[in-house]
Amino acid sequence: MTLPQNNDNASNSAPATRNGNQGRTPLQLVARRFLRHRLAVVSLILLVVLAVLALFAPLITDVLGVSPTRVNLLTRLAPPGGAHLLGTDEAGRDMLARLLHGGRVSLFVGMAAALTAAIFGTTVGLISGYFGGRIDALFMRCTDGVIALPLLPLLIVLAALDLGKLGVPQDVAQSGSISLYRIVIIVAMVGWTTVARLVRATALSLRERQFVLAAQAQGATSQRIMLVHILPNLASPIIVATTLSVGHVILLESVLSFLGLGIQPPLPSWGNLLTNAQELIWDAPALAVYPGLLIFVTVIAFNFVGDGLQDALDPRATERQG
Amino acid sequence: MLAFIIQRVAQAALVLAVMSFVIFGLIGLMPGDPVDLLISADPQMTQEDIAKLREIYGLDKPIVLRYASWLAEVLQGDFGFSRLFARPVFDVLLPALGNTLTLLGISLSMALLIGLPLGIWAAVRPYSTRDYAVNLFAFAGISVPSFWLGLILIIIFAVVLGWLPAGGFGTPGVKVWGDTLIYLVLPAASLTLANVGGYTRYMRASMLETLRQDYIRTARAKGLSNRQVVLGHALRNALIPVTTIIALDFGSLFSGALITETIFAYPGMGKLTYDAVMGNDFNLALVALLLGTLVTLTGNILADLAYAWLDPRIGFGGHKQ
Repeated sequence: MTLPQNNDNASNSAPATRNGNQGRTPLQLVARRFLRHRLAVVSLILLVVLAVLALFAPLITDVLGVSPTRVNLLTRLAPPGGAHLLGTDEAGRDMLARLLHGGRVSLFVGMAAALTAAIFGTTVGLISGYFGGRIDALFMRCTDGVIALPLLPLLIVLAALDLGKLGVPQDVAQSGSISLYRIVIIVAMVGWTTVARLVRATALSLRERQFVLAAQAQGATSQRIMLVHILPNLASPIIVATTLSVGHVILLESVLSFLGLGIQPPLPSWGNLLTNAQELIWDAPALAVYPGLLIFVTVIAFNFVGDGLQDALDPRATERQG
Repeated sequence: MLAFIIQRVAQAALVLAVMSFVIFGLIGLMPGDPVDLLISADPQMTQEDIAKLREIYGLDKPIVLRYASWLAEVLQGDFGFSRLFARPVFDVLLPALGNTLTLLGISLSMALLIGLPLGIWAAVRPYSTRDYAVNLFAFAGISVPSFWLGLILIIIFAVVLGWLPAGGFGTPGVKVWGDTLIYLVLPAASLTLANVGGYTRYMRASMLETLRQDYIRTARAKGLSNRQVVLGHALRNALIPVTTIIALDFGSLFSGALITETIFAYPGMGKLTYDAVMGNDFNLALVALLLGTLVTLTGNILADLAYAWLDPRIGFGGHKQ
C-alpha cells in the first residue's frame, strides 16, 4: 500500500529493501503485504473465529444445554442472562443457539454461492477472452444482459418459483434443506458477471503474451493453454473478486430470507431471524439487533479481507488506484 | 454520435424484448395461476368447469402462444388489470413510480452531497487518519444490510425517541404537504446511508487517480494553492468516471429501494413489485418487473452517453479505453 517492495522493483530500490526481500518466496511477500493491512488482519481473525463458532455450533449449544429449535412458551422474550445468555425469542427459543446455527447457514450459503459464481464466471470469462471473436461477443452481450436486470425484484421472482412446475418431485421441492441449495443457485445465477468480466479482460491481454504463443507453437490444445497457462495467472483477481462477493452474497441471502423467500424456518439463518423481529419491534427491539449486527460485522470483515488481499496480491493495481 | 445512440437503444430494446419473454415464462412458473385463484373462490366447480375456464383464459395453450397474445395486447396499449387493486395496471403503477422517484431523488441528492465531498476530502490526504476514518465509514456503508439499517432507524427514532412514524405514507385524513415529508425522513435517510459509502469510495479513488496526473503537477508547479488545484483543476476530470458509475448504479439503486420501501411500508414501485409477486398479481408483477428493467437499461445508456459527452478524449466508437 505504501512501500513498493515487490519483486519487480526490488532491483532498483535501496539495498536495504533488497536485502529485506531476499530469499523470500512470492507467497511470503504476499503474506507480508497482507499483514501490513491491519484492518484486514483483524477481519480475518474475526472471520476465523466466527467460522469456528459456526462449525462447532451443535457442540457449543449442547455444552450450554440450549437448543435452537426447542420451543418454550413459558419463557418467551426472556431478557439476557441465566440459562439463556442472549435471552429468548418470541417462541422461547434460545437466541444464542439460533444465532450460532444461523451462522452455519449464512456462512455456508455465502461461501458456496460465491464459489459457484466464481467457477461459472471464470469459465465464461476464460472462454470469452481466450477465443475472442463471435464467442466473445455473444458471451459478453449475455453478461451485459444479466447486469442490466433489476437484481432484487428478479431474485424475488426466482425465489418464489414453484419448483413443482419445473418437474421437481413435490416431496423434494418442499423439503427443508432445498431452500438452502435453491438460494445458493439463485444467487450464483446473478453473481457470476463480475468475475466473468474481470477474467475476460485479463485473459484477453494474456493470450497475446509470449508464453501463450510458445505453448501454441508446441501444439498445446486450447483447453490445456487455458487451464495450465492462463488460469494460474488469473488467480489473484479471481481470489479478490470472490472474497469481496462473499460479503455481497451474505447480504443478498439475508434480505431474501428476511422477506420470507430465502432460507425457510425452522432452519435459522441470520436473515430469517430478523423476519419476526420487525413485528416485535415495539416489544423486543433487542431481537432485531443481534442478527443484523452479525451480518454487518461478517460482511464488513469479508470486504476488508478482500481489500487487503487486493493490496497484497496486486501491489501495482493499488499503486494505480490508490 | 447519433449512430451510437441508435445502436445502444436498439440493443436495449432487444434486451427488453428477451427479458419480457423470460419474465413472462418465470411468472408462469410461480405457484398457482389465475384459474387456481378463481377455483378457490368457488368450491363447487367440477373438473370440466376448470378445464373450460383454462381454455377461456388460454392457459391450456403453450407458453409461446400465450406470450404472443399478451404481447399483442401490450402493443395495443392494454397492460391488463391488477388482481390485487382491481384497477388497470398502469393506474396502479404510475403513482407508485412517482413515489419511488421522489424517494430516490431525495436519497440520491443527499448521498451525493455527503459522499462526493467526503471522498475528495479523504483523497487530498491519502493514508492520513482522516482518510482511514472516511474509508471505515464508506466500508460500513457498503456492508450494512439495508433492511437492518431500516429496522435500527425505526427502533431509534420511532420506538425509543418517538419522533418519527415507523412507516406508511401520510397520516390518514391529513392532507398537508409537510405531513408527507415526515413519512419520507426515515426511508430517505436509510436509503442515503446505504448508498453514500459507495459514492465516497468511487470519488476518493477517482480523485486519487486524477491527482497523480502530470497536469496536476504542472498546476502545483505554477504555485497554485492546494484548494485551487483540487477544486479548479482536478475535480472536473475526477468527476467523469464517478458520473458514469452513478448512472450505471441507478438501476441497482432503483431495485434496491425495494427493501427500504418494504420495511417502511412506503407505497413505491419496489413494494408494489414485492406485493404483486407475493399476492399472485401476475399482470402487475410482469409490468412492474419490465419497468424496472427499462429503468436499469436507460441508466446504462445514459452512463455511456455521459461518459462520451463529458470526456472529449472518448469517442462514440463503442468500446472505451
